[in-house]
Amino acid sequence: MFESLSDRLNAVFDKLRGRGALSELEVRAAMREVRIALLEADVALPVVRSFIDRATERAVGAEVLKSVTPGQQVVKIVHDTLVETLGAEAADLAVDVPPPAIVMMVGLQGSGKTTTTAKLAKHLAEKRRKKVLMASLDVNRPAAQQQLAILGEQAKVATLPIIPGQQPTDIARRAREAARLQGFDVLLLDTAGRLHVDEQLMAEMEAVAAATAPHEVLLVVDALTGQDAVNVAASFTGRVPLTGVILTRMDGDARGGAALSMREVTGKPIKFVGTGEKLDALEPFHPERAAGRILGMGDVVSLVERAAETLDAAEAERMAAKLAKGGFDMTDLLAQFRQMKRMGGLGVLASLLPGLGKAQAAMKQAGVDDRTIGRMEAIILSMTPKERARPEILNARRKIRIAKGSGTTVQEVNRLLKMHADMATAMKRLKKMGGMKALAGLFGGGAEAGAAPPPGLLPPGLPPGLGGPGLPPGLPGNIRFKR
Amino acid sequence: MTEGGSTEVTGRGGFLARLRAGLQRTSAKLSESLTLLVGTRTLEPADLDALEETLIAADLGPAVAARITDRLREARVVGEVDLAGVKRIVVEEVTAILAPLARPLAVTAFPRPHVILVVGVNGTGKTTTIAKLGHLFQEEDYEVMFAAGDTFRAAAVEQLKVWGERLGVPVVAGAEGTDAAGLAYRAMEEAKASGRDVLLVDTAGRLQNKAGLMDELAKIRRVLAKQDPSAPHDVVLVLDATTGQNALSQIEVFREVAGVTGIVMTKLDGTARGGVLVAAAETFGLPIHAVGVGERLGDLRPFDPRAFARALVGEGA
Repeated sequence: MFESLSDRLNAVFDKLRGRGALSELEVRAAMREVRIALLEADVALPVVRSFIDRATERAVGAEVLKSVTPGQQVVKIVHDTLVETLGAEAADLAVDVPPPAIVMMVGLQGSGKTTTTAKLAKHLAEKRRKKVLMASLDVNRPAAQQQLAILGEQAKVATLPIIPGQQPTDIARRAREAARLQGFDVLLLDTAGRLHVDEQLMAEMEAVAAATAPHEVLLVVDALTGQDAVNVAASFTGRVPLTGVILTRMDGDARGGAALSMREVTGKPIKFVGTGEKLDALEPFHPERAAGRILGMGDVVSLVERAAETLDAAEAERMAAKLAKGGFDMTDLLAQFRQMKRMGGLGVLASLLPGLGKAQAAMKQAGVDDRTIGRMEAIILSMTPKERARPEILNARRKIRIAKGSGTTVQEVNRLLKMHADMATAMKRLKKMGGMKALAGLFGGGAEAGAAPPPGLLPPGLPPGLGGPGLPPGLPGNIRFKR
Repeated sequence: MTEGGSTEVTGRGGFLARLRAGLQRTSAKLSESLTLLVGTRTLEPADLDALEETLIAADLGPAVAARITDRLREARVVGEVDLAGVKRIVVEEVTAILAPLARPLAVTAFPRPHVILVVGVNGTGKTTTIAKLGHLFQEEDYEVMFAAGDTFRAAAVEQLKVWGERLGVPVVAGAEGTDAAGLAYRAMEEAKASGRDVLLVDTAGRLQNKAGLMDELAKIRRVLAKQDPSAPHDVVLVLDATTGQNALSQIEVFREVAGVTGIVMTKLDGTARGGVLVAAAETFGLPIHAVGVGERLGDLRPFDPRAFARALVGEGA
């Protein structure tokens, strides 16, 4: 998601960056290219128009043209306009009301309502500690109600018993009663998919909304949607009091145009995004972070959060203490590799890092993937505890033994040793510079350098084959500072 | 459950009316801007830019939009353009691109069964399309069988079984989580044994950038070919008309991995124009077998390029 839009925009910005002066003509030409990039990403036409108008107006303003770094200025303006378009603040779900809070899900057929309903239920139950009831009002699609019941079992969330033949508004009333009587905090209503031009079904949806007075009405939109997103959003907005949007299939390779369009067209915030088929693949939406990803500035905040979620706290303490003493041995490197795997592997990490497009391409080219990490793990595992603690004792014979034991070559063992040495050096430097602050500096460099990964992230002098995974050094210290 | 309404079958006239009604909103929009363009004055460059945007808004894609606009630019030089003329040009353009590709699915395999594998991303309407195709083949007096190969999504098997019951089509199914390739193999054995003409194999929806899931499709193909080297005889990609330019990526990857041989476009009864079909036709040249224009069984019809193009610009069919 966003990657190819990000690539396109960066190609435009690369031409501007580092230029001493920009003429109005050049800025306008750049904006035309931004326009095409947005259109190819399926951003809705009216949204593109207003976006380009706003950004151009600011960009041809005097301060940009006189600025020392006009290219940077333009990038910043586009970034700010993106954040504006996406909605400045992450929006919460209004479920902390006198129970039961009623959340109604609406959308076209096949947008992913039922799956999203189950994901949201699981999210509310596990992360917000709510007692959740789900009810399917979909009497059109065969087996839709059963689908929600099965998903309820998987998510360990209660579903309203199915009464065949009952009509949607009646089911909704029954669900509300059940939720009230049985003390549920939240009631999720999954409705049938409907075309926004289907008068009968739209009226039915209105009737359900009128009968239940939902606290949240969430429009579920497929992130792969094209220009029609405008019509869909406008029609649903006109019929029910929408309070927010959930974008599904954000894990596809669409360029994310719908994400950019939705806020502006509905006037409502994007509250969640679906990022996979599993029931926990639902994430709150952060406009600022998404804007950063679109402009290839990475999403360091999400990265740190993900690290915090997956990191073993005790392990981090142990490593931090060790690092404080200046030691960084093979066991630590191994722990780092495993940590990276837990965080979702190289691909996920790279996608969150600044300069993601180029870093990913470079890694692909160098043949660095999760299997490379696996091989490096194997090398470390073939070392004796003594060797892991003091890699400097490795001589030629030991290296040959390790290579044989791990099914690799001596060259690969050497490469790993070099990587370890470089990382140990980087750690020491980091420690001298003072933890979190230094780390922030390293990451922050991304915005300046833009397309290239900030140099500090990559251990200096890495052999080309290992150019990618330079991330680990900072993480443990980082988390420590966060808490 | 009250599902009676959806088994109703529409006639041809009803279908055309619905297609036109569905396309109406864009038509209105398109003709509005075309009227503005060519009311009484000659075309100006800015008008053509506006038209280009309108075409982009119909998901035609930048390249096709530019090509059509260029034709109009030429036409203006010739000085023959009025509203009807502009519409004619657009219809001609779109029809010329699509006409060679309109090709209904045909049951040709010998020995039987003719195996049709149905693939696509999540939520495009694969299962519903299978039911509609099954109905279509039944009308042509073929013996049909379904294989419930979507073993991943909850209740997907039940969904196809419900359709099977309504149509009187046997459904080969396993438990949720069964290996889809194994199920396809078994379905083919049963189809052979019971002398079916057509076997429609459903698959779980998958995003084309999930390599692991895509490989699974390749496996289903291989397994089917074990019993009949020419199977699957058709691999149909179901495209959602509301999808934007990502449809091109879907076609590209599904064609490469699953060997897609043709397209069915669904949900054309909304305001989505499926304009990307034009871009797809230019880029990939895959046959377009049918379009879906509603939830009822009869709402799947052979693709008619001229009707599609004419409806697109708001001309009566």
